[in-house]
Amino acid sequence: MSGFEARSRAALADPHKRANVPRFAEKAADNRVRGFEGIDVDALRTAGEAARSRAIADLPALLDSLQAKLEAAGVVVHRAPTGADAARYVTEVVLRHGRMVVKSKSMASEEIGLNERLEAAGVEVVETDLGEFIVQTAGEPPEHIIIPAIHKTTDQVRELFEPLAGRPIGDDPADLTAFARAHLRERFLEAPVGITGVNFAVAETGTIVLVTNEGNGRMCSSLPRVHIAVMGMERVVADLADLAVLLPLLTRSGTGQKITSYVTMLNGPRRREEGDGPEEMHVVILDNGRSRVRETPYRSVLNCIRCGACQNVCPVYRQVGGTAYGWVYGGPIGAVLTPLLHGDQELGHASSLCAACDDVCPVRIPLHELLLGLRRDRAADAAGPMERLAFRLWSFAWSRPWLFRLSVRLAGRARGPVPLLRRWTRTRDLEVHR
Amino acid sequence: MVALFPTCLGEALNRAAVRDSARLLTAAGVASERPAGATCCGQPAWNSGFVRDARRVARRTLRALAEAEAVIVPAGSCAAMMRLHWPHLFHGERDQALAERVAARTFELSQYLVDELGWRPPAPANRAEVSYHDSCHMLRELRLHDQPRALLAAVADLRELPRADRCCGFGGTFSVRYPDVSTAMADDKLASAATAGAVTLASADPGCVMQIEGRAARTGAGVRVVHLATVVAEAL
Repeated sequence: MSGFEARSRAALADPHKRANVPRFAEKAADNRVRGFEGIDVDALRTAGEAARSRAIADLPALLDSLQAKLEAAGVVVHRAPTGADAARYVTEVVLRHGRMVVKSKSMASEEIGLNERLEAAGVEVVETDLGEFIVQTAGEPPEHIIIPAIHKTTDQVRELFEPLAGRPIGDDPADLTAFARAHLRERFLEAPVGITGVNFAVAETGTIVLVTNEGNGRMCSSLPRVHIAVMGMERVVADLADLAVLLPLLTRSGTGQKITSYVTMLNGPRRREEGDGPEEMHVVILDNGRSRVRETPYRSVLNCIRCGACQNVCPVYRQVGGTAYGWVYGGPIGAVLTPLLHGDQELGHASSLCAACDDVCPVRIPLHELLLGLRRDRAADAAGPMERLAFRLWSFAWSRPWLFRLSVRLAGRARGPVPLLRRWTRTRDLEVHR
Repeated sequence: MVALFPTCLGEALNRAAVRDSARLLTAAGVASERPAGATCCGQPAWNSGFVRDARRVARRTLRALAEAEAVIVPAGSCAAMMRLHWPHLFHGERDQALAERVAARTFELSQYLVDELGWRPPAPANRAEVSYHDSCHMLRELRLHDQPRALLAAVADLRELPRADRCCGFGGTFSVRYPDVSTAMADDKLASAATAGAVTLASADPGCVMQIEGRAARTGAGVRVVHLATVVAEAL
């Protein structure tokens, strides 16, 4: 059994996941539709695509400009060619200042296994986004790009939180949230280092933009003495005008909000005249395969702004959740990104090619077309000999009308233990209308 | 000659739908023929990444359709393959011009009846309730939403399915590559049919019919899943 098949079967066997993922994904998808009501969404998507394509086309120059602006503001910029290098750099910085970090959610840090690396070095890592805190407590990776605990019931959250609290909390989401808030507040005050992701980085102004709803990103970047922001190199945008297009596209596509509760724009560490903010700020710009992808026909995948809209409408994601895709990104974007950045060429097949993702992507990434491309690559160099042979025989037979007629007649009458047929008939009848 | 291309699934599993499609065309005043030598549009291999195998099969069908003034396809997904993907499949290859010409003359059945002929079936004495499932490529590649509904609404009380546009989980080879996920998706579709209280569920794709009907039969779901052409032909 293949990797995705095994993982998806495990996911299908989890009753909580099966109840919650479709429910909350659907809710998010519906919120997105409401979020764009009265707006020419297709025009906005076209503008978003243009802004992102510009950024990726000019990536080297924009990153140089970003770095120059950040350094001029007193930020230490580190370009990390690999995930391992990024994790090593962050760990070194953290160890210079202490043994504890507070973190706001960041897919880039998930991608490089940062928490594991820090913990191996003896650092306590506290995730401060509520959903991320829940999955961290459960010892699980996030199940969704922006809703990490999409699969958890309030009852499961209670079971996770009560041992931490050492007292009963109950099932009321407000009580559970209040506990997390109080618990995390102490960590914010204590931790010498805060780590955040980056939603956008504006090259023109050297601005790091964080988009959150809980304010934890702002606390991570302002309370600790040191702030480290980890960004995939493609997070960069040219200027504030492009940011103005992309920011509402991200929030409306992700949660249906006109704007999130907190949008934080950072232009370096605390200045002499300022009353708060970190004394030291680092920005880690992560490549980890992105430069390579930029030179391929899959370049447009770097346009992604990580809104999660494709996951919410995906009928496959809906059934199996994000971790079934085997790496940090689930859903259609994961089925495309994972083979490109991480390997696992099979994942291009983890889609029924329904194209619902194409219709919601805020930056018009042609996910359907990219999935087909990945399938072609796999067929050319990674498909097994049996599969190749099967298609060879198939095309031999079906390019000959008499063999075609014979085979469809047999297919209509086929019964018994034919391997491929059994993969159909194990769960479905084969109805024939003559 | 107007060619009615049965498609591989139509030939193998749903000849009734092909016959019913021919009846609709006749009722609309069009004499259609089954093109000799046409087999399959090549989509199973195309969607699996095996381009040469897809082209090998598609070329046979393409040439069988060379003389047709219009090609009618009672399968939205195959129509999308032929109209939109064949020009790419044959790009820079032998038969490129032919592929482009045939692609431009290819129509999904309801698209041809409604958009090209402006035909509607006559109103029957009794109207049953029918729901419609949008097949993915027909809706999101060919953008055919109203055409099948126009045919159904003429002969039946059309009751919209919640999330009619959500994939039924067939996906061609996807259905046997990941049968458990595919089946869970079919269950989702059947649940939405149950929510709507659908008695009859029509689709314009033999693949979706095969998937939803096959799962309904296995689980004893009380809904009749049937090709759009059959529903309309029964009312003639």
